[in-house]
Amino acid sequence: MKKFKFRFSRRAFAYPYMIFLLLFVVVPLVIILINAFLDDANKFTFQNFAEFFSDAGGGLTVLGNSLIIGLVTTLICLVIGYPCAYFLAKYHASNRVLVLLFILPMWVNFLIRTLSTKAIFMALDVQLGMGTVLFGMVYNYLPYMILPLHTTLVSIDHSYIEAAEDLGADKMTVFLKTVLPLSLPGIVSGITMTFIPAISTFAISEILSSSKIFLFGDAINMHFSKTTNSFGVGSVMSLVMLVLVVVANVIVNLTSKDEEVTSVL
Amino acid sequence: MKKRNLAARICAEGYLGLVLALLYLPIFLIIVFSFSGTSRFSFTNGFTFDSYKTLFDPEQNAGLLDALKNTAILAVSASVISTVLGAFSTIGIYALGRKTKKLVLTVNQLPMINSEVVMAVSLMVFFAAFSTIFPQGMTRLIISHVAFCTPYVVLSILPRLQRMDPNMYEAALDLGANPFAAMIKVVFPYIMPGIVSGFAMAFTLSLDDFIITQFNKGDTGIETLSTYIYEDARVKSLEPFWFAVFSIFFVVMFTLLLLMNIKRTQKEVKK
Repeated sequence: MKKFKFRFSRRAFAYPYMIFLLLFVVVPLVIILINAFLDDANKFTFQNFAEFFSDAGGGLTVLGNSLIIGLVTTLICLVIGYPCAYFLAKYHASNRVLVLLFILPMWVNFLIRTLSTKAIFMALDVQLGMGTVLFGMVYNYLPYMILPLHTTLVSIDHSYIEAAEDLGADKMTVFLKTVLPLSLPGIVSGITMTFIPAISTFAISEILSSSKIFLFGDAINMHFSKTTNSFGVGSVMSLVMLVLVVVANVIVNLTSKDEEVTSVL
Repeated sequence: MKKRNLAARICAEGYLGLVLALLYLPIFLIIVFSFSGTSRFSFTNGFTFDSYKTLFDPEQNAGLLDALKNTAILAVSASVISTVLGAFSTIGIYALGRKTKKLVLTVNQLPMINSEVVMAVSLMVFFAAFSTIFPQGMTRLIISHVAFCTPYVVLSILPRLQRMDPNMYEAALDLGANPFAAMIKVVFPYIMPGIVSGFAMAFTLSLDDFIITQFNKGDTGIETLSTYIYEDARVKSLEPFWFAVFSIFFVVMFTLLLLMNIKRTQKEVKK
């Protein structure tokens, strides 16, 4: 009896938060879902989906562009970030301060960093456009790529590498057949941590291209602003974004069984 | 062979140095030229503290001070609320049945994995739909910040709770403590490190947030530091005033974070 009571009382601590999550996380998303099927007069319609997927307002084109920019950003981050994480794990595994230096920019407000880069580009007379946007994106998301990569690379059991070496593998083979596959969870989680924010961010592209380049995040932002007020299409776009997020996370969960890697900050 | 290793090592160090230099170059340039008194990245006026003097000009700093005040109120209340909420609910979640636990943890992950824009928009639409219950202004901001901070608190406490020996709690009960006392005297001290790091995470996340605040601040004129920077510095070009503000920010943030981490490393070494 006593046991039952104690279990009951401990569970009760979760109930307020469960209600909170339901109210402020689940219900808002449900409202977005409902909104996607409503027209201006609050009547049921598929018009919003039709408008978005027929690219009438250019939403689909923006999504395509964002996917490309996001992909390129992620690729550059991976190419620059992987060697960083690898060398850090190889030579400086115990040097936490150095690792920290690579992650630190993450904690400086991204607007401050982006506006600083813009000021420098302006001073150097660099034409604001695709190049500067990509630079800003890579500059902003590189730490998010390095962190999960470093976490997995550091946790690789060194005896695997020694075993491979003992069995006669040369350095390249050791890397390709042992280190790289073992760091796959880190790669996947690094890609999601870069790709998802990169396609949906707003402000970075706006600032670094003087509003010439328009990304999916900017588009969602625009649809929900007071002047345009096209909540329906905006909701459809939010749903598309949500689907992308869910797909990305399913992939992460499939590649990594280690929960710590997926939930790394 | 040894020579080749050395060469590889030098290349690696050079590469790391290069990336670090790139990461810090913009920050470094802003700090250096905050002493030029101009925003043109040149020392035509010589070395001067003019940019920093503008910080004390009440006409220029009124908006910034107001934004700082709002940011502080928001970050403190959001992180305190989400830490308390997170700490109690983690204990509750831990005691839940397997299926419910999995469901709650999945929903808990949503704000973390979801794109910030979608989260911001959904909260905005939600608040608009129930605007009589949630008036515009700080209330909405605090609720939305708690909503995206608490999941991180929960996930930083949960691993510690999972490592805790359940017998400790039982022992306290056997020794005559009621469940509440056992919680305060046994469970909480054990999960304290998780609570502290959860709080720190919630605080920095709230401090740093832009997108969710931007969508949910409404038109009451509340600006936090991020939204104020966005409204002011984006529209006008970056004035010397902002050079000074950014420089102070960089230096304060870096010193704090480095100190915090060096201290933590020392503690771990001692252990």
